[in-house]
Amino acid sequence: MSVELDVFVGNTTIMDKEVYQLWLNGYTVNDAVKVRIEGGVMEECEASAEVLLSDTMDQYRTFQMCERLLHHPAKLANQLLFQIPPDRQAMLIERYYAFDDSFVREVLGKKLSKGTKKDLDDVSIKTGITLKSCRRQFDNFKRVFKVVEELKGPLVENIRQHFLLPDQLARDYAAIVFFANHRFETGKKKLQYLTFQDFAFCAGQLINNWTVGAVGKTNNMMEDMDVDLDKEFLQDLKDLKILITDKDLLDQHKNLVCTALRGKTNVFNEMEANFKNLSRGLVNIAAKLINAKDVRDFFIDLVEKFIEPCRSDKLTSIDVNLYLTHYTNSAHILDTFKHHAVWTRYMGVIKSCILRMYHD
Amino acid sequence: MPGKLKAKIVAGRHLPVMDRASDLTDAFVEVKFGNTTFKTDVYPKSLNPQWNSEWFKFEVDDEDLQDEPLQITVLDHDTYSANDAIGKVYIDIDPLLCSEAATVISGWLPIYDTIHGIRGEINVLVKVDLFNDLNRFRQSSCGVKFFCTTSIPRCYRAVMVHGFVEELVVNEDPEYQWIDRIRTPRASNEARQRLIFLMSGELQRKIGLKVLEMGGNAVVGYLQCFDLEGESGLVVRAIGTACTLEKISTFPATATHPNNSSPSKDMKEPGFGEEAPGVPLSSGPPTPLRAQTFSSFSPSKSYSRQSSSSDTELSLTPKTGGHLCHFCMIPPSPFCVFQEYPFFTLTAFPPGFLLHVGGVVSARSVKLLDRIHNPDEPETRDAWWEEIRQEIKSHAKALGCHAVVGYSESTSICEEVCILSASGTAAVLSSRFMQDGPLDTEHRFEEVVSPGCGFCHIPYDELNIPFPAQLTYCYCCRRYKVPDVLFTTIDLPTEANVTGKGCLIQARLCRTKKKAQGEGNATAISSLLPFLEYELHTQLMNKLKLRGMNALFGLRIQISVGETMLLGLASATGVYLTALPSPGGIQIAGKTPSDITYEQHISTMQKKINDTIDKNKELYEINPPEVVEEIIGSPIPEPRQRSRLFRSHSESSDEVSELDLSHGKKDAFVLEIDDTDAVEDIHALLTDSPTPAGFYSCNTEIMPGIQNWTSAIQMFTSVRVFRLNANLTNQGLNKIFSDLCENLLKSLYFKLRSMVPCCLCHLNFTVAIPEDELIQVAVTAVAMSFDKEQPLENGKQSGEKTLIKGKHRPLKAMSGIFPPHLSFLSSLSPSLSLALLLSTASSLEKASPLPEGRSRSLRSNRSYSGSSVAVVKMTPLSFIPGAKIIKYLGIINMFFIRETSSLREEGGVSGFLHTFIAEVFAMVRAHVAALGGNAVVSYSMKECVFMENPNKNQAQCLINVSGDAVIFVRESELESTSVQTQSATTHTSNATL
Repeated sequence: MSVELDVFVGNTTIMDKEVYQLWLNGYTVNDAVKVRIEGGVMEECEASAEVLLSDTMDQYRTFQMCERLLHHPAKLANQLLFQIPPDRQAMLIERYYAFDDSFVREVLGKKLSKGTKKDLDDVSIKTGITLKSCRRQFDNFKRVFKVVEELKGPLVENIRQHFLLPDQLARDYAAIVFFANHRFETGKKKLQYLTFQDFAFCAGQLINNWTVGAVGKTNNMMEDMDVDLDKEFLQDLKDLKILITDKDLLDQHKNLVCTALRGKTNVFNEMEANFKNLSRGLVNIAAKLINAKDVRDFFIDLVEKFIEPCRSDKLTSIDVNLYLTHYTNSAHILDTFKHHAVWTRYMGVIKSCILRMYHD
Repeated sequence: MPGKLKAKIVAGRHLPVMDRASDLTDAFVEVKFGNTTFKTDVYPKSLNPQWNSEWFKFEVDDEDLQDEPLQITVLDHDTYSANDAIGKVYIDIDPLLCSEAATVISGWLPIYDTIHGIRGEINVLVKVDLFNDLNRFRQSSCGVKFFCTTSIPRCYRAVMVHGFVEELVVNEDPEYQWIDRIRTPRASNEARQRLIFLMSGELQRKIGLKVLEMGGNAVVGYLQCFDLEGESGLVVRAIGTACTLEKISTFPATATHPNNSSPSKDMKEPGFGEEAPGVPLSSGPPTPLRAQTFSSFSPSKSYSRQSSSSDTELSLTPKTGGHLCHFCMIPPSPFCVFQEYPFFTLTAFPPGFLLHVGGVVSARSVKLLDRIHNPDEPETRDAWWEEIRQEIKSHAKALGCHAVVGYSESTSICEEVCILSASGTAAVLSSRFMQDGPLDTEHRFEEVVSPGCGFCHIPYDELNIPFPAQLTYCYCCRRYKVPDVLFTTIDLPTEANVTGKGCLIQARLCRTKKKAQGEGNATAISSLLPFLEYELHTQLMNKLKLRGMNALFGLRIQISVGETMLLGLASATGVYLTALPSPGGIQIAGKTPSDITYEQHISTMQKKINDTIDKNKELYEINPPEVVEEIIGSPIPEPRQRSRLFRSHSESSDEVSELDLSHGKKDAFVLEIDDTDAVEDIHALLTDSPTPAGFYSCNTEIMPGIQNWTSAIQMFTSVRVFRLNANLTNQGLNKIFSDLCENLLKSLYFKLRSMVPCCLCHLNFTVAIPEDELIQVAVTAVAMSFDKEQPLENGKQSGEKTLIKGKHRPLKAMSGIFPPHLSFLSSLSPSLSLALLLSTASSLEKASPLPEGRSRSLRSNRSYSGSSVAVVKMTPLSFIPGAKIIKYLGIINMFFIRETSSLREEGGVSGFLHTFIAEVFAMVRAHVAALGGNAVVSYSMKECVFMENPNKNQAQCLINVSGDAVIFVRESELESTSVQTQSATTHTSNATL
């Protein structure tokens, strides 16, 4: 004796948020039922395990039927098969495109290729996130990447319009796309302490300041591309080398910074001692960015060349902030230094990235 | 050339990829009506083609306009091979033929393929120019309005109710034609879909002609069914109630106000000749369910039927003397007398229309199907139904009634055996609203009957009760006799006095039967039927008493036949009618009272039952006012302390056969137990698991005791198929079947828990035996939330109800009805005066179904407006809470077939059916939206035939749905000023919601 067929169809499609989350998390029907039983929904509603199983299967089926629409969220609003209130539609989309920070840390900066997808079972074991959920998240990244790759205009806005995502989520996806596009190295041991949100913040900085689109905002919208770094700018960065190659300039710069810092911090001596080292680090990073391969190492370089030395000198983030502020500003006072615009554009991003990354 | 049909193909969207190479489609459209076909240009390489075609014009007879659907086929152009069909859209243009319905069909309609389901959408525009045809001998009936709603539609008033119309058409089923062996499943399905479209169009036209002949302009309570008789053919039949309706133009208006109706010139004085009531009946069940007349199958070729109890009825002799006088006061309706079948498919009536209710009448007959030789003369099928209707009519007569209301017909087919069933409620109807001035007799009558209890008063002669029933004086008016229990197939009249709330009551039964062929099979079935129906009835009675209630409304008994079993499911809504006596308890008696432990066991059982009754009374708020007999000096018979109940033991067939339907002579209402098995059985049978807190359920339109609905409604369909093990006993089967229904209900409650407090209304169960060891249960219902904010006290509630009812009558008529009302009101609060009565009207707003959360309803409505797809509400009810229906756009009657040969890939049987039902909903919504509507009312899924062959990875399903497309507006959006000026009348219409 068995139930051979069991369906429930409402004129307004009924979707339980809790079950949806379990489905998204890649739970099997039976596991989902267990979780629900533990959640106490049975006592609340005077239901039996049988009822719960039937409901869970039914909901899972509904979600599976909806999934194909969720791949193109704009379709959800003008399809006829399911009558779903707009606020529900927004919830469905938002949760479908939500991802786990621990998962995204694993694939951030990796090529969104079949090869990476094959390795997802390792990621699944490492993060404790079900393979099914990993695949969904990965496919979401890939889908968003493919769509915006072809599009012109601001990256975040494109993602928001095409996938109907809320602002924050759209920004996160922009970061993921940006990282995947430039293949930034994020997996090294030294970078492990950084969260996805740290990287997302940095990505935001880079997108807003260093890309073609960042310039384009003021002039030509046609060429607007947020995904690629501004080649011209990267070329110009090489000019900054003068700050470390010109001995006079380097000394002058050091003096100016030290004068400004004196008495304002109790790690002054360390700062003074390390100035040339740190300055060389930052300027070298700038000069190398024209090579795509070095772009990948941007974050690891920041950590190795700047953050680690500072940390070993026990600088607080306030100290770092102080140092970078004066380091940036002092350069403008230098007589022979002419590249003010490039310097501001470069250091603005470097400063906020370092400050964001400067934690345990 | 009386009509010009115009169609324009605008665009398509979301089309499937038909060309793998380019991932695109070269789509074009064929538009076909009758034998004329037009084509659009090919729109190359697009999934969202913009055809923007010219207007395709079809010049056709209006007869064809009624019969034929407009057929739109979307194809993919292929230069080298045959063009591939993407899918089809059938458009029923009937709504455009009636001036008061829709004027244009315009919108996105899903493109449907019987193998692939919905494949994109197409935007079309359809119009009809109709020329007047005054030909008296015309074959068309354009302009006759059809309504599925089984009450007078909300924005109309009934000028005249003409009566019963029926028709059936037969044809060969394309699936069983020889050609089916060589054509594709798609072609076969499409042939079937198209044929059924044509047949229902033809049927509707023929019914329309009958209506015109009768002088009507509309069919209300239109019920169309298919009988898939397999080899022997396809029958489409329909019944309905012919009416003359008049649109209420001004707003706000009293939609159901009978007093406003203009007097009909055609009315004739009632004749009394055949209205002799009170036919004595020697046998019959001890309750008003006067149904048990079965055709005992006789093997002769003519299949003549014998009714087990009809002999006496058929030899009717008009009664004379005393009791004829008594009945003079109840003028029989003239429209009934001159009708062959005084049947009404309506289940709700304008107040005062329904005078008395006698009880349920039903008839069944078992037939052997034979190939329909000549489709143009479907006489056999007609004759079968004739027989049944005759029987129903005679049953009604035996109950002293001249009419049958809430009438419906159904069939169950298994192989070549077919059970035809018909049931309804015997009733006496009033004609006073149909006539010029009130007559003297009617005035007298008016004084006598209070509307809250009048319909309960027995229509039959108490000296010649057609069945053994306990009569008492009415507990409301104390002047007329009422039965102890009342069973009906209609909705609870709005004016009825009800104590507490109601609930869904179901009796479920399985009976095994031996596999047999032909006549032997038919004989076996017809000999089983009486017992099945008897036990269902006993179960209903037990469950009713267990809930402390005394009346059933909306009773629907469904008997399904399979190869090795019979399935019976009776659903109804139990209520406590204030006018009827309080039901007695249930007493258990042991057969061998020698053993002490056994005695104890019985007493604990008894205690359990008594406790359940008490709990139920509390749950449903049944606390009828104490009867103070001194005040009313009328001779009231002692209320019976308990009724006794007899239960037959299903496991012993010997015992069963001893039973005759007149077992009322025995000690009737004792539960007899002779072994412990039976005890468990009885207990399990009686104790359905209670509905969870916050839930109520009923199978009628409205739930007594709940009025403040919010606008939150959720219509749903749920289907379950259960596979049985072989070799089950009757008892085992019963348990499984009962559990299946119970679990289904539990699942529904769980699913809809977010809507609490809420009521599942119009819970409509249909059972079927699709295969030997399968049971299929399908449920369609609507869950409606209500506000708990104003819990009404019980006593106060009935008082307020009465006040609302008072407003049903215009002021000038009030003098006529006042005496009975006043006396009733004064017993509640003696200081109440006429002025008070009127001034309280506005404060009563809260008690009316107008939801308190008006603002809420508005909000929810607005929140949808952002979506690009119009929201279409669906409900099996005839109304939408908190809203007013301002226009009926026409009937929706759609038939779909879906087939798959990749069942596993589509998610198994559940995935397949889930998608299909969702698709059907989507297509209904789209067609309603294209007509300009925003809701379907009186929606029902009349057929859901599911067949599977998992070994071949195949499944097929047929679904037939119907309803009325309407435009509604939220009451909160209506001008408040106009509501205020006519507050009394608006409230009236609200109260009847």
